[in-house]
Amino acid sequence: MNTVLAILKGFRLTLRHFFKRPITVRYPERKRVFSARFRGLHTLARDEAGMEKCVGCGLCAKVCPSFAIEVVAAENTDLDRHNNTERYAASYVIDIGRCIFCGYCVDACPTEAISMTPRYEMADYRRDSLFYSKSRMLPEDGDPRPGAREEEATAAGRKS
Amino acid sequence: MLEFVLIALVKSVVVLVALLLMVAYLTLMERVVIARIQVRLGPNRVGPFGLLQPIADGIKLLLKEDVVPAQADKYLYVLAPALAFGAAFATFAVIPFGDTVVLWGRRIPLGVADVNVGLLYVFAVSSIGVYGIIFGAWASNSKYPLLGGLRSAAQMLSYELSLVFSVVGVLMLSGSLSLSDVVAGQSRLWYVCLQPVGFLAFLVASFAEVNRLPFDLPEAENELVGGFHTEYSSMKFAMFFLGEYGSMITTSAMITTLYLGGWHGPFLPPVVWFLIKVAAFLFFFVWVRGTLPRFRYDQLMKFGWKVLLPVSIANIFVTGLVLAWVG
Repeated sequence: MNTVLAILKGFRLTLRHFFKRPITVRYPERKRVFSARFRGLHTLARDEAGMEKCVGCGLCAKVCPSFAIEVVAAENTDLDRHNNTERYAASYVIDIGRCIFCGYCVDACPTEAISMTPRYEMADYRRDSLFYSKSRMLPEDGDPRPGAREEEATAAGRKS
Repeated sequence: MLEFVLIALVKSVVVLVALLLMVAYLTLMERVVIARIQVRLGPNRVGPFGLLQPIADGIKLLLKEDVVPAQADKYLYVLAPALAFGAAFATFAVIPFGDTVVLWGRRIPLGVADVNVGLLYVFAVSSIGVYGIIFGAWASNSKYPLLGGLRSAAQMLSYELSLVFSVVGVLMLSGSLSLSDVVAGQSRLWYVCLQPVGFLAFLVASFAEVNRLPFDLPEAENELVGGFHTEYSSMKFAMFFLGEYGSMITTSAMITTLYLGGWHGPFLPPVVWFLIKVAAFLFFFVWVRGTLPRFRYDQLMKFGWKVLLPVSIANIFVTGLVLAWVG
């Protein structure tokens, strides 16, 4: 008797679920809204003066568990000055295909130059377009907000 | 004579096409209902509301490579899906799905054939479907299909008995094996009211008969890969698939005919009533799949022989006693 009751209870449960609204998000048309701390694509930051925060120390590359970051540092000169310290990152490349989005690089950065945005749509048809270099992660000159472009892009994507 | 053959032919074609369409959309219905039970959306990309999904699936299956295992018994291997498919659809021939209609001055009973041993025909033909499964399992010459086939043989044997015995109660009430007589006998009161125990026994046994959850042990995917159709691909696999869903429809139609008054019902035309009842049972089939987990093999056997069979025999006994007492 108990078994029969249990089975009937099961039927009631599934029927109740049947009339619930599906929780599926119709992805390409609608997008989930993630928290501000979501660990998506990285971005590099500028300081208030519009200078690059990155000093090319390479700690992020050191701490990266999947060896996805490559930093080549160079000396600042008076002719080619990127910040007011000695060194800057001449080349800064993250291989998004290797990155596991753990966020260690953000924790390791002594100058808070690197941070992560909520952008998560990075799929591409070519492997070499998975290499994100400085030109794709650093805001334009004079825009001190880190990752401003990326956030705008995500917001635009959400609306559509 | 020619007219008779022509009418029969037209009816067969119409019924077959309708059944195939129903099977196609039953797969979609099953996926959507299961999805809703799991609070998902289900297929909704191909066409409006995913309505073209079955067609896309069909095209995909047709275009797949047709693989025959090297060690397979070729003839049986090809025969098996045809049997499974044919048996499932041939059963529908004796089921009346509507009242007699008058078309162009001719009285046409809705139902492909009104055989006077209709019920025997149904059980005989649906049992052939088991051969489809066992042949396919054996001919694949592979261990998982063989195990699935053996299970299916044992399961069908155990549950066919209860299935037939539970119908005997209906036969005693109707006094005829012809399904149109069975339907005619229910014009006032459905047999489900007089035979509730027999109805439940038949319902449970028919789940085992069509290899649906919770009795889908012949194709228990987490134990037997795909069960009897593991080695099948392309259209041969699709034939098994069509057979399984076809027998789901046939079984629903049988339950409707035997216990729920067939096409009887107020206001709406008979055919519509028949379809509504069948659809309700198909929904129930899917609902059960979304609710109950699979039985263990020994539980299945124990239930079949120690519960279902005694219950259905006792049902015959009680029905007989009551009939003798009443008149």
